[in-house]
Amino acid sequence: MGNKYSGLVTNAVGRLVPTEVNGEKQVPFQGVGKFKPNASKHGPKINSCADFPEDGNKQVKSLKEALVKAGLKDGMTISTHHHFRNGDLVANQIFDVAKELGVKNLRWVPSASFPCHEHLIQYLEDGTIHHIEGSMNGPLGRFASHGNMKGMGVLRSHGGRYQAIQDGEVKIDITVIGAACADEFGNANGLHGPSASGLLGFALADSQYADKVIVVTDNMIPFPCVPWQIQGNYVDYTVQIEQVGVPEKIVSGTTQITKSPDRLLLAEMTAQFCLEAGIIRDGFSFQSGAGGTSLAVGDYFAKIMREKNIKARFARGGSNKYLVSMLEEGLVDYILDGQTFDLDGVKSMAENPNHTWTSPFTSYNYHGKGNFAGLVDVVILGATEVDVNFNANVVTHSDGLLLHGIGGWQNCLFSKTVILPVPLFRDRFPVILDEVTTICGPGELIDVIVTERGIAINPKRKDLIEKLKDTNLPIKSIQELKDEAEKICGKPAKPEFDDELIAVIKWVDGTIIDAVKKVKS
Amino acid sequence: MSNKIANAGNIGKKVRSDCYVTLELKDSGGIVINQKSKVQVLYGDSNNELCKDVLSFFGIENAILTLEDRGALPLVIAARIEAAIKTLIDTDKEYLLDFIDENNYTSEKEQFRFSRLYLPGNSPSMMLNAGIHEPNGIILDLEDSVAYNKKTEAQHLVRNALRGINFYGAERMVRINQFPKGLEDLKYLIPHNVHMLLVPKCEGADQIKQLEKKIVELKSQHKVTHSIFLMPIIESALGVEKAFEIATASENVVALAIGLEDYTADLGTRRTNEATESFYARSRMVNACKAAGIQAIDSVFSDVGDMEALKANVKVSKGLGFEGMGCIHPRQIKVIHESFAPEAAAIDKAMKIVNAFIIATEKGLGVVSLGTKMIDPPVVKRAEKTINLAISLGLISENWREDFLNEQAG
Amino acid sequence: MVPTEINGEEVIPFKGIGKHKPTGRKYAPPIPTVLDYPEDGNKVVGSLKEALKKCGLSDGMTISTHHHLRNGDLVSNTIFDAAKEMGVKDLVWFPSASFPCNEPIMVYLEDGTVNRIEGSMNGPLGRFVSQGKMKGTAVLRSHGGRAQAIQDGEVKIDIAVLAAPSSDLFGNANALSGPSACGVLGYATTDFLYADRVIVITDNLVDFPNMPMEIQGNYVDFVVVVDKIGIPERIVSGTTQITKSPDRLLIAELTADFLQESEILKDGCYMQAGAGGTSLAIGHYLHQILKEKGWKSKLGFGGSTKYMVQMLEEGTMEHIMDAQAFDLDAVASIANNKNHHQYPVFNAYNFHSKGNLTSMMDIMILGATEVDVNFNGNVATHSDGYLLHGIGGWQNCLHAKNVILPIPLFRDRISVIKDEVTTICGPGEMIDIIVTERGIAINPRRKDLIEKMKNSSLPIKTIEELKAEAEAICGPAQKPNISDEVVAAIKWVDGTVIDVVRKVID
Repeated sequence: MGNKYSGLVTNAVGRLVPTEVNGEKQVPFQGVGKFKPNASKHGPKINSCADFPEDGNKQVKSLKEALVKAGLKDGMTISTHHHFRNGDLVANQIFDVAKELGVKNLRWVPSASFPCHEHLIQYLEDGTIHHIEGSMNGPLGRFASHGNMKGMGVLRSHGGRYQAIQDGEVKIDITVIGAACADEFGNANGLHGPSASGLLGFALADSQYADKVIVVTDNMIPFPCVPWQIQGNYVDYTVQIEQVGVPEKIVSGTTQITKSPDRLLLAEMTAQFCLEAGIIRDGFSFQSGAGGTSLAVGDYFAKIMREKNIKARFARGGSNKYLVSMLEEGLVDYILDGQTFDLDGVKSMAENPNHTWTSPFTSYNYHGKGNFAGLVDVVILGATEVDVNFNANVVTHSDGLLLHGIGGWQNCLFSKTVILPVPLFRDRFPVILDEVTTICGPGELIDVIVTERGIAINPKRKDLIEKLKDTNLPIKSIQELKDEAEKICGKPAKPEFDDELIAVIKWVDGTIIDAVKKVKS
Repeated sequence: MSNKIANAGNIGKKVRSDCYVTLELKDSGGIVINQKSKVQVLYGDSNNELCKDVLSFFGIENAILTLEDRGALPLVIAARIEAAIKTLIDTDKEYLLDFIDENNYTSEKEQFRFSRLYLPGNSPSMMLNAGIHEPNGIILDLEDSVAYNKKTEAQHLVRNALRGINFYGAERMVRINQFPKGLEDLKYLIPHNVHMLLVPKCEGADQIKQLEKKIVELKSQHKVTHSIFLMPIIESALGVEKAFEIATASENVVALAIGLEDYTADLGTRRTNEATESFYARSRMVNACKAAGIQAIDSVFSDVGDMEALKANVKVSKGLGFEGMGCIHPRQIKVIHESFAPEAAAIDKAMKIVNAFIIATEKGLGVVSLGTKMIDPPVVKRAEKTINLAISLGLISENWREDFLNEQAG
Repeated sequence: MVPTEINGEEVIPFKGIGKHKPTGRKYAPPIPTVLDYPEDGNKVVGSLKEALKKCGLSDGMTISTHHHLRNGDLVSNTIFDAAKEMGVKDLVWFPSASFPCNEPIMVYLEDGTVNRIEGSMNGPLGRFVSQGKMKGTAVLRSHGGRAQAIQDGEVKIDIAVLAAPSSDLFGNANALSGPSACGVLGYATTDFLYADRVIVITDNLVDFPNMPMEIQGNYVDFVVVVDKIGIPERIVSGTTQITKSPDRLLIAELTADFLQESEILKDGCYMQAGAGGTSLAIGHYLHQILKEKGWKSKLGFGGSTKYMVQMLEEGTMEHIMDAQAFDLDAVASIANNKNHHQYPVFNAYNFHSKGNLTSMMDIMILGATEVDVNFNGNVATHSDGYLLHGIGGWQNCLHAKNVILPIPLFRDRISVIKDEVTTICGPGEMIDIIVTERGIAINPRRKDLIEKMKNSSLPIKTIEELKAEAEAICGPAQKPNISDEVVAAIKWVDGTVIDVVRKVID
C-alpha cells in the first residue's frame, strides 16, 4: 500500500498535510468552495442477470462462504456501516474469517467504528488489517494515536464518505451490510427485526458502488422485504446468521434530555438566541443531535413554537422520541432522517409516512447537485475545541488523542446558521483556544458559539450581530470568552506531539484539511 | 337498366371482418377494381382476383367495383358483390364458394336445445367465432336484426356463412322472415345444410303447412335428404291460443319458442322482471309442447351484463317446464347450460338406463329393461345425451361407467 | 441478418439467451459539486428553453424523456419546439415510449432538428419510420433494455427532461399529487441517475421537502414550472375496463383454466398481467379462483389497475410492485396502501443487474402481434411490415417462469401464427404457452406442462395445428413488399441486436 504518507505541504488553513497517503495522491485543502472536481464518478462493473440465480435466491450458508465467493484476498478494501453502533456483531466476524483464511493487508472502511470493535486491534497488529479509513472511536483511536497502525487513518465526514466512494477515491471490493431485515434476493431494511435501527442509509454508497455486496441478516423474510432501503439488484450474496447486533446497544430504549443545570442553561440560551435572531419562524427547518444538550435545545424549540403557534417545515434527524413527539404534535411537518437513536424513532419511521429516511447522498454529499444540509436554517452541533478564529475540532481532544469520528458534522456546517453550544471548559480543559488541535471545520462556516458564560457571534455574521444588538443575552467576543476560560482554568500547556502523522482529516470535497499527529508516549 | 349503381355491406370505423362494395355497371372500359383494404399488403392481390372472378361469373364485362375492406373473408366479399349485382341484374345464378367439410353434419329431433345463440344475419364479424363458445344452436337471423333494405345482402351472406363458416358442431339454425315473406328466404337455406328454421310470429298450423310444402319442393329440387326441423316462435295472443295446433302441424316441428317482447306488446302491457304478465302464455305453451311431445323453449334474457339475474331467470324457466332458452351474448351460454344441466337424480337415472342398454347389447338382447320396466330406444338415446352432456359439463367423468359399476358392486 | 454498426456505433449481434457477458464498467457521469448549485436549493428557472440553454443544449445531443404522461404528454414536444427555436440540429430523442400525441415531432424529424428516435414508436411515428423517412436508424429497446443501455453507457443522455406531477424547488419530485398525478415515475429512475443534466418540469410546485422523493433533487440541475404538463384524462383512464368481447373473455377463461389445471396458479405465486382488456379479464378470473381456494398471490407486478388494487384490498394479493399506474384507483392506492410499492423498471427489468424481478415471476401474461411455429414472438411490427408498437417490458418479462400469450388466432383476417414472424422480438425458447380461442399450444420444450395437461379437457393442440386452422379460415396471404433497407434495430435485453425492421414499400 505504499508509504504511510509523504510530500508535506501547507494547505489553505495553514496546516501541514501530506500529498500522498497510503500510496495514493491527495489534494490539500484549498479553502471552502475552492476545489472543483473534474472527473467522472466511479463506474462499477457491469453485471448480468445470467450470472445470478433465476429464482432470486442468493442465500449462501455462511459469511465465510460469501466472502470466499466474493473473492476475498490480500489488499482488498472491505466496508461496513455503523447502524448497529456499539451493538455491531458483524464487522468483527468479517475479520475473524479473514484471519482464518490467512488474508492480509485489508483496508477497513466503516462508516464509523465503536468501542465494540476493539476486538479488531489484534488484526491491526497481526497484519490482517492494514489500516482503517473511517471514524475511530475510543480504543481504536487510541491505538492509532500511538502510531500503532500500519497505514494512515483517513477520517471522512458521512457526506465525505459518500463522495469518496461515488468519486472512486475509495474503491470498495467487498461491502458487508448488516441488516435488521432482508429477503434472500438482498432487499433489506433497518425497520423490522430484533436489530432494528430504522434505516441503512450509511450503506447506500457501498451497495451502489462496491464490486461485491453481501447482505447479512438475522431476520430473513420471504421476498419482498419492503421497503428496500438496500436494493437487492445490487446484492451478490445474502447470509443468515444468528444475530447481527445486540439490540440494547444499537438503539437506546430511551434517550434523555440532560438534567445538568449548566447544560440546560446552554440549551435555553441557544433557543432564546434563535428566537431573537428570527431563525425560529413559521416554516423554518432545524437539525439538532441526540446528545443531552441538543435534545434540550429541541425541547426549548418546541416550547417556543407552541407558545408562538409556529410550525417547522422539517427537522433533520437523527431522530429520537422528542423529535417524534414534535412530529406527532404537528410542530414539524416532516422528519428527514439519517439515523434513529431510539426505539420511538425506529417505530415512527416504520409507521409515519412523514418520517422519511434519507441518506448521506441526499443529505450530505458535496459532490451532488446540491444537498439537504445546505437548506437547513439552523443546526446545533458540538465540538471538542473551538479557536478564536471560530475553527473547530471534533476528532481529537486537547491532549492530542484521536477519540471521535467526524460524523455529519462537517456536512452540517453548510447550514444557514451553525450554532455550537459548548461548555466554556471541561474538566479544566478550556474549550476555546488560540488554535484548535485539529481543524475539522474552518471558522468561516461556524456562526455562533454559545457557552454558559456568554455567546460569541462570528464577526462575519454582521446580520446576526445587528439583530441581537439590543438583546439581554450575554453577547461577548470570542476573545473575551477565551480569556474568561483561561482565567478560570489557567493557561494550558501545549501537548507534546511526535512529528509523525497517524491520520488525515478529509474535507467534504475530498481534500485534506488537517492531519493528526502521533501522541508522545 | 334504370339504376346502374348498387351498394352492399357495411362501412365505418368500428366495422370489422366486413366490407362495403359499390358497383357501377358501365357500357365500356372493362373492369376497374378500386380496392382499399385494411389487409391490403397481405390479401390485396387475392381480393382483386376474387372481385374479378365474381364479376366474370355473372358475365359483367364493364364495371367499376369499389371495395372498402375491413378484413372481410372471401365468403363475405363474394356475398357482398353478388348482392350488389343482383340488385342491378336479374339472374338465378349463384356464386358459391366451397362448402367446407366441417359443416357436413346433421341434427336430430331429440337434440338438447338449452341454448341457441342469435346472430344478426348481416354482421359477419360475429359469425366467425360464434361456434367456439359452444352454444347448442347458432341462429343466423334474417328477421328483426336485419334492416328492411338489407334483406337481400343478408340472404347471400347467410347462405355463404352456412357453407363456409365453421359452426363447430352447433345446430345450424336460421330465423326466416315472417310469413309469407319468409318463404323467399328458403332457397338460400335449404340447399346448404340448414338444420332448423325458426318461424317468427307463428299464428297457425296453415303457416307451417305452407312452409313445409315449399321446403319439400326445394329439398327434392336440391336432393336434400335430411330432415329440416322447425321451431315456430309464439309471439302473439293468437299464437298462444293456437300453440297445440302449431306444435302438431308437422312432424318436423320439434320445439316451440316463445317471444315475449312481441307478446307483451300484443297484450298491451310491458315486460317485467317478475314476468307475471306472461305466466299464462308460458304455461300454456309449455303444456302444448308437452302434449305434443316436443321441446318448449323460453324467450331470451336481455340484460347481458347481469349473469346472476340470468341464472335466476333460467331456474324459474326450468321450473315452468322449459328446456332451453335463447341467448343474445355468448357469455350467457355457459350460465344457461349450467342452469339447465341435468340434476343429480336425472344423471343417475340416465346412467342406469345406459348401463342396462350396454348389458342388453352385450347379451344380444333385443329389449332393454330396467327392473320390470321396458325401455324404448328414444329413451336410451336421450339418456346417452344426458350422460354426454353431464360429461361435457364436467359433472361426471368420461369413465363414469367404471365408477358406476364399482359403486353397484360395492 | 443484422448490421454490426448502427448510427455510426458498433453493435453486437444477438448471441443467444444469456450468452453475451458484459465486461465493461457502468457509465460514470461527471462528478458535480454543490458549489455550482444555489445555496438556498432553489433551482427554478424561468422557462424550459432557459433550462435547456443552461444545460448547454447543442447539436447532436441525446435528450431523454419518460412516458408516464402517456398520450396526455404536453412536455416532450415543447423540448423540440425550443430546440427548433434555438436552431439546434441532429438531436436524438430517447423517450421511454412515444404516443400518438408526439406526432408533431415528425416535423422536426423532417427538418433535421431531430435525427432519430431511440425508443418505442407508436402509431404515426412508427409509420413514418417504416416508410424510411427518418434520417437516423431507430433503435427499439425494452424498458429494461433502456435501463441497461443507459447504465452501461451505451446511450449517454446529455439532458433528461423529466415531467413531474409534483416537485419542490430543489427538484425532489413524485407523481402522487397534482393535476397530472400518475402514481409512479418508475421509468425515469435510470435517466436521473445517469444523465449528465437533469431538468424537472412540473405544473405543481410544492414546498420543500416534497415527499416521497421518487426523483431525488440531488440529481437535478434545474426545475421548470409550466402551466400544464399533461392532459389528465389522457394520462390515466378514469377507469380501466375488463373486455366485453365474448371471444376475448373466452381466451381469458381458457388461460385461467390452464393456469389452474397446470398448477402454475398456486398459493403464494407471483403474477403479472397487463392492463389490456383480456389481461384484466384473466386477472379477474384468477382473482375468483384465488378467492375460492383461499389462496393469496404473494405479489403482483403492475402497471396496476383498479382490479389489481381490488385483489390487494380483498386480500388475494399481498404486495403490488409498480413501475406505472394505469388508472386513478391505482394512483390512490400507491399513495395510501403500504403494500402498494413504487418499483422502478431499473430494479424490475434491468438485465445487467445482480438479478431482477422478472425471473422470479410465476405467471406472466403477455401479448404479441405475431408468433411463429417456433414460438418466436413479435410485438413491434405488424404482418404488413409496419413498425407500430414499442417493446415495452415484453422482452424483460419473457424471463418469467411461465410465459403465456393469450391471443386471438387471427385479427381482421390476419393470422397471428406464422411460419416465421416478421420481426423476432423474443426467442421462442422463452415463450411457453399460446392460448387462442380455438386452442392452446404448449411449447414442446415444456415437457413438464405437456405431461401435466395430457388428460386435460382443455383444447390442447400443437402450434402447427393452430396455424393450419388459422390459415384455413383466413386463406393464404401474400408476402408484404419490404425492401432491404434497415430502418430500425431491435435490441435484446443485453444490448445485442436481435433483429431489424426494414423499410416498407407502398
